[in-house]
Amino acid sequence: MTRQVKQLDRVIIRFAGDSGDGMQLTGDRFTQDTAAFGNDLSTLPNFPAEIRAPAGTMAGVSSFQVHFADHDILTPGDAPDVLVAMNPAALRANLGDVPRGATIIVDTHDFSARNLAKAGYTENPLTNGTLTQFRVHAVDLTTLTVEAVKEFGLTRKDASRAKNMFALGLLSWMYGRPTEPTTEFLTTRFGAKPTLRDANVTAFRTGWNFGETTEAFAVTYEIKPAAMPSGRYRNVTGNAALAFGLIAAGQQSGLPVFLGSYPITPASDILHELSKHKRFGVTTFQAEDEIAGVGAALGAAFGGALGVTTTSGPGVCLKSETLGLAVMLELPLLVCDIQRGGPSTGLPTKTEQSDLLQAMFGRNGEAPLPIVAPRSPADCFDATLEAVRIAVTYRTPVMLLSDGSLANGSEPWLLPDVADLAPIDPDFATAPNARADDGGGSFLPYLRDEDTLARPWAVPGTPGLMNRVGGLEKADRTGDISYDPDNHDLMVRTRQAKVDVIARSLPPTEVDDPGAELGRGARMLVVGWGSTYGAIGAAVRRVRRDRRQVAQVHLRHLNPLPPDLGEILARYDRVVVPEMNLGQLALLLRGRYLVDALSHTQVSGMPFKAAPLADVLRGHLRQLDGQPAVQHSERHPAAGVPA
Amino acid sequence: MTAVDLPGPVLARDGLADVPTSDDTQTRKDYASDQEVRWCPGCGDYIVLNAVQGFLPDLGLRRENIVFVSGIGCSSRFPYYLDTYGMHSIHGRAPAIATGLAITRPDLSVWVVTGDGDALSIGGNHLIHALRRNVNLTILLFNNRIYGLTKGQYSPTSETGKVTKSTPLGSVDRPFNPVSLALGAEGTFVARTIDSDRAHLTEVLRAAASHRGTSIVEIYQNCPIFNDGAFDAFKDKNSREATVISLRHGEPVRFGPDGALGVTRDSVTGSMRVVEVADVGESALVVHDAAADDPSSAFALSRLTDAGALQQSPIGIFRQVEQPTYDDLARQQVATAQGTEGAGDSAGLAALLAGTDTWTVA
Repeated sequence: MTRQVKQLDRVIIRFAGDSGDGMQLTGDRFTQDTAAFGNDLSTLPNFPAEIRAPAGTMAGVSSFQVHFADHDILTPGDAPDVLVAMNPAALRANLGDVPRGATIIVDTHDFSARNLAKAGYTENPLTNGTLTQFRVHAVDLTTLTVEAVKEFGLTRKDASRAKNMFALGLLSWMYGRPTEPTTEFLTTRFGAKPTLRDANVTAFRTGWNFGETTEAFAVTYEIKPAAMPSGRYRNVTGNAALAFGLIAAGQQSGLPVFLGSYPITPASDILHELSKHKRFGVTTFQAEDEIAGVGAALGAAFGGALGVTTTSGPGVCLKSETLGLAVMLELPLLVCDIQRGGPSTGLPTKTEQSDLLQAMFGRNGEAPLPIVAPRSPADCFDATLEAVRIAVTYRTPVMLLSDGSLANGSEPWLLPDVADLAPIDPDFATAPNARADDGGGSFLPYLRDEDTLARPWAVPGTPGLMNRVGGLEKADRTGDISYDPDNHDLMVRTRQAKVDVIARSLPPTEVDDPGAELGRGARMLVVGWGSTYGAIGAAVRRVRRDRRQVAQVHLRHLNPLPPDLGEILARYDRVVVPEMNLGQLALLLRGRYLVDALSHTQVSGMPFKAAPLADVLRGHLRQLDGQPAVQHSERHPAAGVPA
Repeated sequence: MTAVDLPGPVLARDGLADVPTSDDTQTRKDYASDQEVRWCPGCGDYIVLNAVQGFLPDLGLRRENIVFVSGIGCSSRFPYYLDTYGMHSIHGRAPAIATGLAITRPDLSVWVVTGDGDALSIGGNHLIHALRRNVNLTILLFNNRIYGLTKGQYSPTSETGKVTKSTPLGSVDRPFNPVSLALGAEGTFVARTIDSDRAHLTEVLRAAASHRGTSIVEIYQNCPIFNDGAFDAFKDKNSREATVISLRHGEPVRFGPDGALGVTRDSVTGSMRVVEVADVGESALVVHDAAADDPSSAFALSRLTDAGALQQSPIGIFRQVEQPTYDDLARQQVATAQGTEGAGDSAGLAALLAGTDTWTVA
């Protein structure tokens, strides 16, 4: 049989199944193999908060989407070209996202009346003609798997659990993925259990061979490696990159890293990762609660360690009082908020960027602290180093705002040369900084550096610098308790000024406005922050493909904002701010710059998709041209654009 | 899930073993800061401060290696008055903050100063977990059975029925017995002393400081403004012989005028009760064993404290046992990893970042 090989520039595959079906592992393996092949890629895991929701129900569906291409891509993709559905619920839960003409591979094994009912189907979608607009491959993957691994004598249950590897094998064949990495992975993973190892490897190979030998699949696809900057790459998730950033920050500063943390989704993986790397002088402390996590980190910082706490929104609420103390003590401290859907317990496994205002203002009194946000999974590494630089240099707690999609999403990471990482100088106080009445040296714990306004970091054990700090208002310079009205006014303004002067250390803001240098710049600017970088960038590219001009700025520093931002905003006739909240950055920009920043918001727990976001931007451009925002020919209504 | 045997327990060592000592002779004055002490006249806190300032020179430590961490409340002003390093933190959180400090800095003598509201109400969770972990800390719990700084509300150690500003008809909740609570959390050093007995206070503090692990010392401390006389039964020269049940390791628990009273154990319930020695004979008295691994007897002794107005209470060290400390074990894991895998350096960092699955783009 001659097989057709079709060239594609990019593909989006979504693996979907029950929470117990191993879809996250399947997606992760496909991703690793794709990375090894050399495509650019971006991933979006999506799973329920319940560990094992009732099997076969919509509530228990877990999915993993991977977007890979022969060119540089920015997002995990809008709609899957291929859906792999391991049961009726997985099909039903994901079908709405699948565009007409896409491929659906279904494991038919669980399409019994009972399981169809569990998923909410009244009739079998595989036979009632509702899927005619898709290319459906209905295969009993489970039975094929059980047959293939029969020789290993596993229970039927254990044998059928290898079906995810069968599916992986089949997809690997279809898209020409290398098989060695997964074979090696399975060999290591199940090294202690040879039967499971052999069964999984066999299922994987059988899946591959099934594609190769049956005639059901007439086409394979080829997606050439992407032309990426030269260098050594690995695939990395945001949480892993953040953990590596902390270890690197410890190395670059020479400070022992102390993580005080209480497990919380989606931040726990940072605790897990760091706890494996004690040889880098990392101590991980699983505290009794969120408050103790940050408290212990602050205590460690008082003692001269790099104090870190990791959490998500609900945990930040609990840590607020300690953050206020850290603002008052002026000690370096890093708080990593891996944002999730809120308020309250909200959507633990879904993404959102709705903690920005909490990070800015969520403490009593005037308690400013710097805020840094990574823009992509790999960028979590650099953003962490930047946050630590600020914390240590300016003696301040810093909030690092990642989110669920960055935490669990992954992308290729061009590995940095460790020798190029900037050092971070703790610059501990070692000697008196003032003269006492008797002519000897004395120590003023709140005497500030003229440039940074930072106070000395005098750690216990340093002779002659004994001092007491605390949450009560301090007298300027001496740090003694002071209830003096003028002193309080001075100290409140000084703490704010210290955060403000950080702006001086920031690089010029990068404005992506290709025509600007030729004097043909865009009239509209899109401003974003955090994980929306990819989606906004992809939407901007789409708009530019229409030969329309739009500029993009993506903020890494949310507090203080870059010093040139006001001038940049003023250059554009329209400023649009897409956010996964109800307009928190837009509120800050409006308040700070008196600019009419127009918010575009989505709070669905899912990242923006590029196509609808592009339509929103097109709508804004039409309005700038004096036309109505909505055009009927568009596939996606331009929601959020004032008509 | 699996559990592993941890490497051999760290040998019983003095709590101050890793803290550098001073070559200079120190006096009380060296430990007095330049801040004016601002407690109410007659406050028991003055006595404790004096005792601490007087006894710290005896430890012979380098002053800069001593840290006092406090929470919120009258007693939590303590660190300001000592010329060591100090932190006046936030309400209830001092044990958590001190834990992070103690884990990362074995060369420090770390003290926590807290009160009944700070430690047992808002900070109860941190207190029991510090005790459970056995972090190398010395916790001074000033118990005046009232909220002083907020001007006189009842506290979690106030007797039931306490009439205060917030409970004009009498409080309806039962109080904690701090020693029972600490023993319930299996604290490895649990003691009680009283502000008016300087010699006993100093003796207990010295033992607490040199205990490796979490030491907690409940100090009965009089608040002359909002709860004056709460501990008078133990202070009055005429009555105190009969009210203070003095605990001495290895000795029969015997007290009262001419040692006429003692404590026996009920053979059925295991609980303790006060008896006339003449009725039971000296051999029937409980011999106090603070070093017993099982905290049950110490707990039973702690129940001899009245829950209401105090008329009788055991004073002394209830429990003093050697167990591995959290901070020693945590540091040992880091040291072991560095020993077997090599301390992390830039080559190690590069290898860590690369992981096992890399590819190269030319």
